[in-house]
Amino acid sequence: MTEIPPILTVRNLTVVFPDNNDGLRALEDVSFEVCPQEFICVLGPSGSGKTTLLRVLAGLYSPTTGEVEFGNGRTPRIGMVFQQSNLMPWRTAIDNIMLPLELKNADRVTARARAQELIDLVGLTGFESALPRDLSGGMAQRVAIARALIHDPDLLLLDEPFGSLDALTRERMWMELSRIWQARQPALGSPGKTVVMVTHSIEESLLLADRVLVLTQRPGHIRLDLEVDLPRPRKEEMRYTTHFGKLAKKLKDAIG
Amino acid sequence: MTKRLSSARYWLGLASLLGGLLLWWVVARIANLPAFILPSPTDVWSRFLSAALDGSLLFNTGVTLVEILLGLFSGAGLATLLGYLIAKSRMLERVLSPYLVASQAVPLVAIAPLLVIWFGPGMFSKVLICALIVFFPVLVNTVVGVRAVPPALHDLMQSLHATRGQIIAKLEVPAALPVFLGGLRIGATLSVIGAVVGELVGSDQGLGFLINVGRGQYDTALVFVAMFTLIVLALCLYGAVAWAERKLLAWQEIVQQ
Ligand SMILES: Nc1ncnc2c1ncn2[C@@H]1O[C@H](COP(=O)(O)OP(=O)(O)OP(=O)(O)O)[C@@H](O)[C@H]1O
Ligand SMILES: [Mg+2]
Repeated sequence: MTEIPPILTVRNLTVVFPDNNDGLRALEDVSFEVCPQEFICVLGPSGSGKTTLLRVLAGLYSPTTGEVEFGNGRTPRIGMVFQQSNLMPWRTAIDNIMLPLELKNADRVTARARAQELIDLVGLTGFESALPRDLSGGMAQRVAIARALIHDPDLLLLDEPFGSLDALTRERMWMELSRIWQARQPALGSPGKTVVMVTHSIEESLLLADRVLVLTQRPGHIRLDLEVDLPRPRKEEMRYTTHFGKLAKKLKDAIG
Repeated sequence: MTKRLSSARYWLGLASLLGGLLLWWVVARIANLPAFILPSPTDVWSRFLSAALDGSLLFNTGVTLVEILLGLFSGAGLATLLGYLIAKSRMLERVLSPYLVASQAVPLVAIAPLLVIWFGPGMFSKVLICALIVFFPVLVNTVVGVRAVPPALHDLMQSLHATRGQIIAKLEVPAALPVFLGGLRIGATLSVIGAVVGELVGSDQGLGFLINVGRGQYDTALVFVAMFTLIVLALCLYGAVAWAERKLLAWQEIVQQ
């Protein structure tokens, strides 16, 4: 795998927020590389800087020291799901989903068709013209997930996207996300999708990720960088295998 | 349910208006005051008909309406532009806010004569007064509205590499619209006052001019006619903005009630 250059390199990243004292250190000397099409999960206790890390990757914060470098030197197309669904209250569900394509001045008819596909995919058929105020938290979050996918981003940044979903929907979304992520088309020259996902759930990270990064309590820095060598496609039954149990134990110990 | 309720409200409103008219008629009748002090509704109605028929009412209403609309659009337009810039730049806010606060401390009625002296009794001075009176509420609400755009949505737009223009068109305008339109509604009502104050101070046309004429000739019925026309104008303007609010802000209907 060494011949493939990483799509994303984070080097000695430190983020300090200004406060009344000598600054609040959110991230401390974080370094890791992400290969193209890799699925990374970030675990860590609350306040360990997971959201901060994603926001740096999205270009919303700049590093205090250290650097973030993208493989081909250009910032990739980013699809981001925020911790809160973050929908525009004046737009209907489908119009919210179409926003990224609208910003690219894409053709409206194709954009609408694509948005409809995604609405069906996230199980919101019939709610196309519902306003965010009429959606439950979980439904709003699914709209946000569809919005992050519509412009076919190279890099998906997901901040606890399934936190507000019920167990059943969550498991279905896991499978859909795996499917979307695996639908890479190297033959067509598409670079495929790379995913960095923040989560609180060890199980979720083991069912989805190639690698799991565990951040320590504030200031966050990487305590464990764990390869998840479970076979794909992942099935939920794998939870009950001894290897899954071993990996889960390692993560649990690292989180502390 | 809601339909029945609103139609009941409508009939009640109408009945109350008719009751007021009746009361006015009775008072005018019983008190038996000369018409130049309190004309009866029938006096006012026949004066309305004569002013409508000789075209003077329509002409003067048109003049006032043009002043109002020109003043409203130019005042609100400038206020929106400046308000947006102020919302975006603390620097500009600090530089301008002493002037803005001071301008609010000066009662416009007091400087209206000055403006008429400087800019003549024609339409321009009225448009100017109108624009000045509209300016402040629209400015303040633009600043508040633009500042209140959720930062999380700014993050979203930035993560999607939206351009400056797209951020304005697709985020800031729709997000600031509710507060902005609230300011415009106040401005629309004030604009009528601005135009009439200007006309009362000095003019040879407009509804304020009609009021002056009526007063000078003890033609009090004409004063009433002009006054009622002004009320209708103000209500129409207010209604137009309220209608735009309902149309544009349907997404937050529940929040408003
Ligand atoms: N914009 C900011 N300004 C100041 N401090 C911030 C800012 N954003 C985050 N922080 C601080 O940085 C630390 C890390 O926050 P962050 O949101 O990254 O944690 P997190 O790991 O995502 O937590 P959670 O699991 O609760 O979402 C926290 O102490 C937080 O208060
Ligand atoms: Mg977070």
